[in-house]
Amino acid sequence: MRGSVGSAVRSAWESREGRLGTVILLALVIVAAVGPPFLADPATISDAVAGAQGLSPAHPLGTDHLSRDVLARVVVGARISLTIAALAVGLSVTLGALVGLISGYLGGIVDTVLMRFVDGALAIPRLFLLLLLVMVWEQVPIGALILVLGGTGWLGTSRVIRGEVLRLREEPFVMAARAIGASPWRIITKHLFPNVTGPLLVAATLGLGDVILIEAGLSFLGLGVQPPTPSWGGMILEARPVLLSAPWTSIVPGTAILITVLAANLISDALQAALEPRGA
Amino acid sequence: MVGWLLRRLGQAAITFAASLLLLFLVMRVVPGDPLARLEGDIPLSTEEEALLRRRFGLDRPVTGQLADWIAGVGRGEFGISIAHYPETVGSLIISRLPPTLLLGGTVLVINFTLGLWLGVLQARHRGRWLDRWLTRLSLAGYSMPSFWLGLILVSIVSLRWHLLPAAQMTDPLLPANAGLATRTFDVLRHLILPALTLCVVTLAGTMRYQRTAMLQVLRLDFIRAARARGLSERRVIWRHAWPNALSPILTLFGLWLPILVTGSVFVEYVFNWPGLGSLTAEAIAARDYPLLMGTAMLASALVVVGTVVTDVGYMLIDPRVRYR
Repeated sequence: MRGSVGSAVRSAWESREGRLGTVILLALVIVAAVGPPFLADPATISDAVAGAQGLSPAHPLGTDHLSRDVLARVVVGARISLTIAALAVGLSVTLGALVGLISGYLGGIVDTVLMRFVDGALAIPRLFLLLLLVMVWEQVPIGALILVLGGTGWLGTSRVIRGEVLRLREEPFVMAARAIGASPWRIITKHLFPNVTGPLLVAATLGLGDVILIEAGLSFLGLGVQPPTPSWGGMILEARPVLLSAPWTSIVPGTAILITVLAANLISDALQAALEPRGA
Repeated sequence: MVGWLLRRLGQAAITFAASLLLLFLVMRVVPGDPLARLEGDIPLSTEEEALLRRRFGLDRPVTGQLADWIAGVGRGEFGISIAHYPETVGSLIISRLPPTLLLGGTVLVINFTLGLWLGVLQARHRGRWLDRWLTRLSLAGYSMPSFWLGLILVSIVSLRWHLLPAAQMTDPLLPANAGLATRTFDVLRHLILPALTLCVVTLAGTMRYQRTAMLQVLRLDFIRAARARGLSERRVIWRHAWPNALSPILTLFGLWLPILVTGSVFVEYVFNWPGLGSLTAEAIAARDYPLLMGTAMLASALVVVGTVVTDVGYMLIDPRVRYR
């Protein structure tokens, strides 16, 4: 069945790129989940006089300008960045699915109003919307950051899901369900939703890469995760003054972002190819 | 067709109105007041605060402020910057436009030449190693934070090798009587790194659009017919297939228009490029809401214009597209 998630995941796993992305992302999640207790305390300033130190057995990825262990900070940063991204993407995919399903199935005035709103919101570049929202706080709390990242990421998804629903609505199995008197809510949850899980998964993996990049960008501008909490974007910001004398302090977090976003994009490419073989 | 065009423009106007309303709501209904930032720094007396509120129109009820704002937008006035008082948002934006157009235009031209060519190349080598590696490389570029790539390039090319300038658009030490050639060369040297950074992170999109469009054309019968007539591969690709796979140019132009004008906030910020992107970054740092609103509004107007241009373009170039 087109749009079903099982077959898409299976064929994505069969492609080399899709498998590579999945393995990398899983490895990152595991390291972020279980790594921190085995590493140095990311906040400990062991010897501030020493400044940024290069790679050594005690500090495999060196230390930053405040003598904090870069490996520990990048792993804890992974925990922060991945948690924010996962929760924000969960929120935006849920909202996108809800709005798309309701708008597409109910049609009429609900559809018109919702889609006009989505069009208007889509016309504002996401970064500007985020900047205006984030500036409300002097120092944005992580919960609020997740809310604004998730709340600005569902618009495109809702359009995609609505399109799928418009197609599905005319299918015999939906008409049959309507004919035997199933309620709109039952049709949406039991008949339509299972058939849009594929596009939702694509939206989730695409959104994951986007959110990690945007969160890093906001933190780099000083508007995202606030120090001393380590985040990848924030680490690059703090490394800027020692760009030349301690290059590892900016190379490490940037590479972490690159690998994570690349893994997410590889997965979404493989899923898209599995769901929509024409474009490959 | 005129009817269709009018309806399309009406739709665009509604979309833009919706985004303006949303921007206003974001600015005013969420907690926080543009003056709260100023008060944090300098304690204001009641009279001073009242004066400031009157000056920025903040003493009126929210609906009145919305009406003021819409009337201002209608007159082409976008308010007064708080950080750059008394300069207007409009004049600030216009003064920062040329550098952004230069940078964005350069990147656009590279995308529409190198990017499209690489996409065609990929389609011709579909599934083979050249295609696979170009996909991987461009995807890696797309997955990089642009500000990080910019910093790495600056640290190697500018700080270590001293080959190119690290920031700004012109050398402040250039003698005032320098000739046009020297000045142009100076700007070009400053342009290379930011343009390269933006190209690396954007090329993947262009290549992908062109590759997909080209693949769809290459499997059509008339291409097989052209090959069967014994035409050279170059002629088949560039004279027969490519002109029919040009739709990415329209789509991409629509998507590019906002970036072309408002610039990349991150790249301009890292390279201190004196365009609209940096102006946005400065507005953030100074908590200058009217200025940020102005750039956001400009960006969304351009998004709307971009989609209309794309739709109209499709109708003009593709006789299969018929609008009612």
